[in-house]
Amino acid sequence: MSKLLNVSASPHVRSSETTRSIMTDVCIAMLPATAFGVFQFGFHALLVLIVTVAACVLSEYVFQKIMKLPLTVSDMSAVVTGMILALNMPANIPLWIPALGGIFAIIVVKQLYGGIGQNFMNPALAGRCFLLISFAGKMSDFAMDGWSGATPLAQLKAGETVDLAAMFIGKIPGTIGEVSVIALLVGGIYLAVRKVISLRIPVTYILTVAVFAFIFGKQDMSYVMAHICGGGLMFGAFFMATDYVTSPITPKGQIVFGVLLGILTGLFRIFGGSAEGVSYAIIISNLMVPLIERYTLPTAFGKEGKK
Amino acid sequence: MNKCMERIYNGIVKENPTFVLMLGMCPTLAVTTTAVNGVGMGLSTTAVLVFSNLIISALRKIIPDRVRIPAYIVIVASLVTIVQLLLQAYVPSLYSSLGIFIPLIVVNCIILGRAEAYAAKNGPLESAFDGIGMGLGFTVGLTSIAIVREIIGAGAVFGMTFIPEDFRITIFGLAPGAFFVLAGLTALQNKFKAPSATNGSAAPSKLACGGNCMTCSGSACSANHAVLEEIRAKAEAEAAAAKKAAAEKAAAAKKAAAEKAAQADKQE
Repeated sequence: MSKLLNVSASPHVRSSETTRSIMTDVCIAMLPATAFGVFQFGFHALLVLIVTVAACVLSEYVFQKIMKLPLTVSDMSAVVTGMILALNMPANIPLWIPALGGIFAIIVVKQLYGGIGQNFMNPALAGRCFLLISFAGKMSDFAMDGWSGATPLAQLKAGETVDLAAMFIGKIPGTIGEVSVIALLVGGIYLAVRKVISLRIPVTYILTVAVFAFIFGKQDMSYVMAHICGGGLMFGAFFMATDYVTSPITPKGQIVFGVLLGILTGLFRIFGGSAEGVSYAIIISNLMVPLIERYTLPTAFGKEGKK
Repeated sequence: MNKCMERIYNGIVKENPTFVLMLGMCPTLAVTTTAVNGVGMGLSTTAVLVFSNLIISALRKIIPDRVRIPAYIVIVASLVTIVQLLLQAYVPSLYSSLGIFIPLIVVNCIILGRAEAYAAKNGPLESAFDGIGMGLGFTVGLTSIAIVREIIGAGAVFGMTFIPEDFRITIFGLAPGAFFVLAGLTALQNKFKAPSATNGSAAPSKLACGGNCMTCSGSACSANHAVLEEIRAKAEAEAAAAKKAAAEKAAAAKKAAAEKAAQADKQE
């Protein structure tokens, strides 16, 4: 009987999902791309992954110990940051560089702004851009033994043709995690099926890039497909643009966010100096999120909309 | 002379324009790419600041209140032109690397800020020393930021190499690095509670408005500055007198007690 009279404060609708379970799902979804990267680039790619994740988790632990904050290491968010950062590295990078990036991502971008849920831009991507500006040569050195150094997007930019099938499978030079479209799609579909992410951001993002490439690039299907499959677009759209903290929560806002990402990426790729633009597009759009949310707030139930 | 030394200490440590007042951020972020630039910029600003404070303070009773800002600008701009021509003549390399930031000293908020906040209210000698203190504080701020940025970003400072080429973090030489280093050094300054006007080491005033005219923006307040100072001095004198009276009373009581005890001893 006492159960019937149980009175409690809201929220009354509860879910068994926790930060930890969602972050674990994201890790599982990245596994196919990680496995493919390690398979293709060899043992050193695995070392890069381990070092980056360890640097992220350790720096979070040490920072929270020193500042006497509650420990949030076990919620897996630092592991996800580390994995995303590692998958954004070229495979033959000296190990201290990703470690430095991990420390920067966690301490400067995440913890100094208040820890999980408070960071204003994606920590892994901010770490990546920090490294990209600091060590431009090493961070864009994709040369492997037996491989040509130029990524498909760089070839496209130089006006050469690319092999679409190889791009789809992942037999191309690039960062550890971004090369295989098919492995990334498997992970993305897993996230969507588990309802960890909604498909609004990735789909609008990829479609916008396609339309942009079609209008401002070449009116040629294989060119557009190469833009979709090339570079970090797939990885960014499914795993980085959908980060809960740094993407809008309103449905309309997510669509606006996706379109903004697509336009920026297209601008950087086609009109910019570098062949790739996903990282910068995402961190710049992250900064717009509060603004997007303010203008796309749905009308509260019971309040009439503007007449 | 004590007042003058206090001004210098105030400028370098207590109200350091870079780390405490956060004034003149534009040159701070822009020219601190190398330590030499930092020193050059700091000393040029110091030269302008000393003479502008001196001249503005000497003319403070002649300049009509309503046109004081244009008058200050004319004085500062003339001084900056002199400094600019001197730099161009004697240190052309520094002149070319500082570039547009030398003419921009005219609109440096430290210079107008000190003219408004100090030189317009105090005598020429103190104002000149205030200029020296603030200028040296600015130089110290710029140079320390520039040294950190140059060591991490370019691996070398004043021609001495510290870090091999592979391990240099280029971003520290670029704009974001200036923000990182400025924030880091300001955080350190706060952490170690270097005596400053903002971290609570200054004694709180008993005046109703807080008595801190530095952070006050009301013009009525600045007009009442002298009155406020008087009230504050009076309050302090009263507090001191009360304290002295209390101490005398306590001493008298102690003396009486001691005499009593001595008498008791004698009786025994």
